[in-house]
Amino acid sequence: MAQLSAITATGLPDDSRPARPGSRWLAVLRTPVGACAGLGLLLVLALAVVAPPLWSGQANRTDIGAMLQGPSARHWAGTDNLGRDIFFRVLVASRLSVELALLATAITVLAGLLLGTAGVLLGRRAVRLVTAVVNIAVAFPGILLALFFAVIFGVGAKGAVLAIGVAGAPAFARLAQTLVAGIEQRDFVAAARIAGVGRVRVLVRHVLPNIAEPLIVNAAIGAGGTLLAFASLSFLGLGVQSPGYDWGALLGAGLTGIYEQPIAALAPGIAVILAGLAFNLFGEALAKGIGLTTTLSRVPLGRVRRPVRSSGSVESVVDNDGGPVLEVEDLVVTLPGHGAPISPVCGVGFRIERGEAVGVVGESGSGKSLTALAVTRLIEEPGRVTAARLRFQGTDLLTGPARAHRRLLGTGLAMVFQDPMTSLNPTRRIGRQLAEAARWHDGLSRAAALAKAVDRLRAVRVPAARRRARQYPHEFSGGMRQRAMIGMGLMGTPALIVADEPTTALDVTVQRQVLDLLAAIRRRDSVALLLISHDVAVVSQVCDRVLVMYAGRIVEDLPAADLAATARHPYTRALVAAVPDMRTDLDSPLAVIPGRAPDPARLPAGCAFAPRCPLATDRCRTEQPPLETDAEGRRVACWHAGPVAPEGAARERDTMIAAGRHE
Amino acid sequence: MTSLTSASTIGAARGLADNAAARFVARRLSRFVVSLWVLLTAAFAMIHLIPGDPVRAALGISASPALVAERRHALGLDLPLPVQYWHYLSGVFTGDLGTSTVSQLPVGRVIADRLPATLQLAVAAFVLAIVIAVPLGALMGVLTRGGRARRTELAFTTTSVLLGAIPDFLVGVVLVWIVGVHLHWLPVAGRSGVDSFVLPVVSLAIGPGVVLARILRVEMIAVLQADYVRTARAKRLPALAVYLRHALPNALTSTITLGGLLLSTMVAGTVLVENVFAWPGLGSTIVSSILSKDYPVVQGVVLVYGTGVLAVNLLVDVALALLDPRSTIRES
Repeated sequence: MAQLSAITATGLPDDSRPARPGSRWLAVLRTPVGACAGLGLLLVLALAVVAPPLWSGQANRTDIGAMLQGPSARHWAGTDNLGRDIFFRVLVASRLSVELALLATAITVLAGLLLGTAGVLLGRRAVRLVTAVVNIAVAFPGILLALFFAVIFGVGAKGAVLAIGVAGAPAFARLAQTLVAGIEQRDFVAAARIAGVGRVRVLVRHVLPNIAEPLIVNAAIGAGGTLLAFASLSFLGLGVQSPGYDWGALLGAGLTGIYEQPIAALAPGIAVILAGLAFNLFGEALAKGIGLTTTLSRVPLGRVRRPVRSSGSVESVVDNDGGPVLEVEDLVVTLPGHGAPISPVCGVGFRIERGEAVGVVGESGSGKSLTALAVTRLIEEPGRVTAARLRFQGTDLLTGPARAHRRLLGTGLAMVFQDPMTSLNPTRRIGRQLAEAARWHDGLSRAAALAKAVDRLRAVRVPAARRRARQYPHEFSGGMRQRAMIGMGLMGTPALIVADEPTTALDVTVQRQVLDLLAAIRRRDSVALLLISHDVAVVSQVCDRVLVMYAGRIVEDLPAADLAATARHPYTRALVAAVPDMRTDLDSPLAVIPGRAPDPARLPAGCAFAPRCPLATDRCRTEQPPLETDAEGRRVACWHAGPVAPEGAARERDTMIAAGRHE
Repeated sequence: MTSLTSASTIGAARGLADNAAARFVARRLSRFVVSLWVLLTAAFAMIHLIPGDPVRAALGISASPALVAERRHALGLDLPLPVQYWHYLSGVFTGDLGTSTVSQLPVGRVIADRLPATLQLAVAAFVLAIVIAVPLGALMGVLTRGGRARRTELAFTTTSVLLGAIPDFLVGVVLVWIVGVHLHWLPVAGRSGVDSFVLPVVSLAIGPGVVLARILRVEMIAVLQADYVRTARAKRLPALAVYLRHALPNALTSTITLGGLLLSTMVAGTVLVENVFAWPGLGSTIVSSILSKDYPVVQGVVLVYGTGVLAVNLLVDVALALLDPRSTIRES
């Protein structure tokens, strides 16, 4: 039992929180908002305590000689229709306003807790009834419930306290229910139950302490709302009755004479808003301090300075039927980092010929996907893309506004993204999602565009295409969605398909179908393909040429056929070695490349792969190897990229895999 | 073989979708009916939950016992409870809500006289809140996405938090002071012409409007980072089409899920705003009836307000189902 209590004491709902709650509550007061709200709340409470004994005399003294006077040195906020000082009346009214609001909040919390924790104490059927009633009551706005209960409890301060208190209970009960449901599934509650701890004890010792923090926070926020609700009821004449007065009553009285004495209505109104805000903000600050979800907090991003674009000559668009589909030189992608901007893609260059299939491989974070997004102009601010050359079908994509390239890219370039589950718009029919590109770029009518969409769905072998076009993405399977994505790219006449991990999210059998489909499309229209994948096997089957990326740079560029046997970069060889094949010993652990990919914010000097490379020497660690082209047009960036004899490669591979297994 | 299997799966999927939508409608309607029954029962029970004798309380201590007994009989309070309940329910369904103890008019007449004014106010405020929220929230979402325009974001968030924290009747009081007392631009009391609508509608709509705009901004920012927005950009649609056709409908569904309740609070908000602007609607009726202990009228008006809230909630659910076909399945 003692053990169980010990678990309870530290078993906070969120395990990531520090263990000492007291220090966190104090830390809230050190934040600017927390400090302001705390100070404001303290002022309101202090005022409520000291105002009536100090200033009741001034507040209630009638002076027939000084009725409805404007603000003066004697009466800072003027006087009302009986010559009473408005400023002091507002101060004195703080007592009743705050006191009654706190009383009503206490009733809300108590009644809400009773209803909300009924699940722990009562049987299942009773709980279902309570939950149903709470669910229905919660749908009604608080002020309506308060009016309903005001009828039952009667007009006056006492009735209003009860009415507002009870009216707030359903919402609080709902909150408590949610919190209790979360805690009840925790192991220590189940353990206490099994240990035979009684229901009341489970509630008091195990459940309540763990939901106390969010409840207190919400009670504090709720007190602000209660204060406003009370002002409403008193304003309507249903709350505090004459000769007593709270802010709501002063407001109601002030409104009738607003033409003669506007300040009599405005001063109590301002008091209500300030006091309500003090409670509210304090609650919000507490919530933020103890790590409850708030809507407004976000991690700030650093700024990226706009790089100065080199003023190169603007080349005119040339028709190049024979030229490459895509040409990239010295591509750099810059993103804001913590502090300084980082460049996860740095100096990438390659070209894709008409109908050629080029694969890009590398581990996660090597910059493959960013490269694909950068060359297709899909990187948004605050990310920045610069390049010495970026041409698609002979057109320079770096010059001119994005608008100018819209049609060229919209019809000539198809994109297929990794996750077909999230890449299609859930609220639009598949057919319309396909059709809209044709509507915008080719000016087709709605019917013609839809007919084309159905035709394209057929082309990507979606069965019953006409009916499928009217369905929503959630009615499609994963493989079908990826087909639809490919079909979307075929709405134009693409010269290049950029596919970013198109099969990673799919089942193995479906993967094959999608790859076959891409291959068929390429053969038919000699479409070029840029295939991004972490799967070396897939790339070597589908592609003509492979770019190997590491830490934002291309480290090797070679024909796909040479990948297995004559790769020259140690990283490429390690990637190939990590692919299991038919000869792989199924009992031994999967091969991995030892070490981990470097953080783009902290790239080492010299070759980025050096820390993980079995061949690394001092030169590798200090001097970056350039990407050099050999006689056959293969490129490699490695100081030790001499032609490697097959036995040497095998030996090296074995040592790496062995090292990986020791990790 | 393959085509056969896929055809049958498609058929099954389609049947499921139809059923899901039908089941969604059935579920929402049944919830509406059950809530309505609870509301009716609560309105009936209200008069019996009042401590002591409500008739004695209404007539005062000086009233003669004979008068009290006569009034009890007239209200049917001398009958057994189940019989009273039956009378009440059958009365409501035949349009008989009882008789006002103050004006001696049928409660149905009182409500019919007053309801149009409140309805006009609520509908106008409803429309204004949405007209404020959707363009403002969407624009702010686009402008401040991905940490852009920090100063604009701060200014918008601060202003909307402050405006949203001020209750509608206090907005009304401030508007009366500025526009009515100082500028003499618009009437500040009563319902006469179109211009008399401006201040009550604005004070009712501005709070929920800016809070909804704030929710929409946050949802818009989240949606703009979604994969399907990237897909829309990859189709090279103009930016406006990406925002309005792809991002906004999705952002609106989550905004409605989070903020739908705000719209029903506006129904209740008419009670206070009508009292600020001396608006001759149900809101001023219910307060004066509570004060004069005219319980049949209070019962009737509570019923109307409650039904209004339930109807708005039902409408919000239907709008959600239309905007996002998945929502009909998600809950089951």
